[in-house]
Amino acid sequence: MLKIEDLHVFYGGIHALKGISLHVPKSKIITLIGANGAGKSTTLRTITGLVKAKKGSIKFLDEEILGYPAHKIVHMGIAMAPEGRKVFPNLSVLENLKLGAYFRTDESSIEKDLDWVYELFPRLKERKKQKAGTLSGGEQQMLAVGRALMSKPDLLLMDEPSLGLAPLLVKEIFEIVQQINEEGRTILLIEQNAKAALKIAHYGYVLETGRIILEGTGQELLNNEDVKKAYLGEA
Amino acid sequence: MSWESFFQNLSNGISLGGLYALIAIGYSMVYGILRLINFAHGDIFMLGAYIAFYGMLIFSLPWWLSLIVSIILTAFIGILIDKGAYKPLRNAPRISALITAIGVSFFLENLGLVVFGGRPKGFYRPHIFDEIITIKGVRILSLTFYSLVITAIFLVLLFYIVYRTKTGLGMRAVSTDMETARLMGIDVDKIISITFAIGSGLAAVGGVLWAMKYPQINPLMGIFPGLKAFIAAVLGGIGSVGGALLGGFILGIAEIMLVAFMPQLSGYRDAFAFLILILILLVKPTGLLGVEVKEKA
Ligand SMILES: Nc1ncnc2c1ncn2[C@@H]1O[C@H](COP(=O)(O)OP(=O)(O)OP(=O)(O)O)[C@@H](O)[C@H]1O
Ligand SMILES: [Mg+2]
Repeated sequence: MLKIEDLHVFYGGIHALKGISLHVPKSKIITLIGANGAGKSTTLRTITGLVKAKKGSIKFLDEEILGYPAHKIVHMGIAMAPEGRKVFPNLSVLENLKLGAYFRTDESSIEKDLDWVYELFPRLKERKKQKAGTLSGGEQQMLAVGRALMSKPDLLLMDEPSLGLAPLLVKEIFEIVQQINEEGRTILLIEQNAKAALKIAHYGYVLETGRIILEGTGQELLNNEDVKKAYLGEA
Repeated sequence: MSWESFFQNLSNGISLGGLYALIAIGYSMVYGILRLINFAHGDIFMLGAYIAFYGMLIFSLPWWLSLIVSIILTAFIGILIDKGAYKPLRNAPRISALITAIGVSFFLENLGLVVFGGRPKGFYRPHIFDEIITIKGVRILSLTFYSLVITAIFLVLLFYIVYRTKTGLGMRAVSTDMETARLMGIDVDKIISITFAIGSGLAAVGGVLWAMKYPQINPLMGIFPGLKAFIAAVLGGIGSVGGALLGGFILGIAEIMLVAFMPQLSGYRDAFAFLILILILLVKPTGLLGVEVKEKA
């Protein structure tokens, strides 16, 4: 569904992605793990068109999307729950969710999807009139995910959805990621929480300073000695 | 001061304040989205007045049709100014865009001098605006009253667009966080164009009403109303539509009252506005309704 080949991204003089290639097949959960500054967010931001690449190719459903403006990429069916939630703090929960469906015109199914998101995150329903800035961190994360879902994406990009959440909520978020996937949506997940991510992922990539150094099924990576040492905190 | 004359001054102040508000909103909306002070905004106001002038003079349109034509054409000019002058500088340091805005302002003023001529032109004031109406012994010009009504209609329309429509939601999202707005599938360039169109259209309304009030126009007529409206926008909290409205009315009423209560200071009328600007910048730089805005790099 998504195919990245030999992608190079620069920030001024910093070579942030040094020719990465990865493949996200339909209906799978793919995870990208790596240390701080490895280039994970850069990868997602390049897919969505927020960052321009110097070289390489990103194909979505066999169409080259590199160089497309961000809004067009979203229209094609890619949504992102960005790093740091990025909810609109001065707008209400409901307005935030409606923004997720901004470009859609099928009003009646938008209403249905709203109900679906409220079902996934009942807390958002209780707080729909509240300003998003007054939500707790965990609630804001739910809103960021719910908002991304409101675009009915074929491919959902998630940048550290569990960051800063209490263990119970982390578990809940991962369950929801799986649930969304079971409903047929493809997911590219970035996580610091490598263990949990690898457990639910069908396939994973390990990114280190702008290069993919390892890849394999979730289980393979969980059992890999190097991964254990560097990312799972096991000796 | 008698009750009648107080009321008379108040109605003048409200009507002037409404005009400031119409112009101030354009400053505030553009700033809210681009963090750019569009110094050419006062000159866009001037163009609005000239378009209506020629609409009535050359094409013999009725005043209301001239007003509508002026709104549409001025909105279009606003979009063109953005696309031609500001858009190429979107990723440049903000000071470049600011200096460009000053350049656009000089350009429009001088273009006006060349095309329209420097001599002031008398602006036709329709008869319904030229009557004296008496409300409980208070005599006011009918234009003062109707000007407020027309202003109110456009303000209601504006608030409806900003707070009740999808486009308005998009505008509010873009002004909060442009990058995340892109992730929502919002075409930011389109929202920016709409913002310039609305701001410029409202300035045209202000320009036409202003022209009927004095009733004459010249290519430099936008400078002072533009500066005052800018002060009003800062006073209310630049970036906030409600703030621009509040700032406009406060400034308009305060200015008229200053002249009414202290006629000996009437020569300082314009300086007074700047005094308010200095005070608000010292006491509450974010303005009355403004919130701290994150500076965009
Ligand atoms: N806007 C930017 N300008 C300059 N350098 C940047 C910018 N954004 C990221 N970088 C650099 O690019 C590299 C990769 O950053 P990126 O945000 O992709 O890392 P990450 O893997 O998401 O890290 P984290 O786990 O901390 O979120 C880092 O060295 C970072 O400093
Ligand atoms: Mg990151």
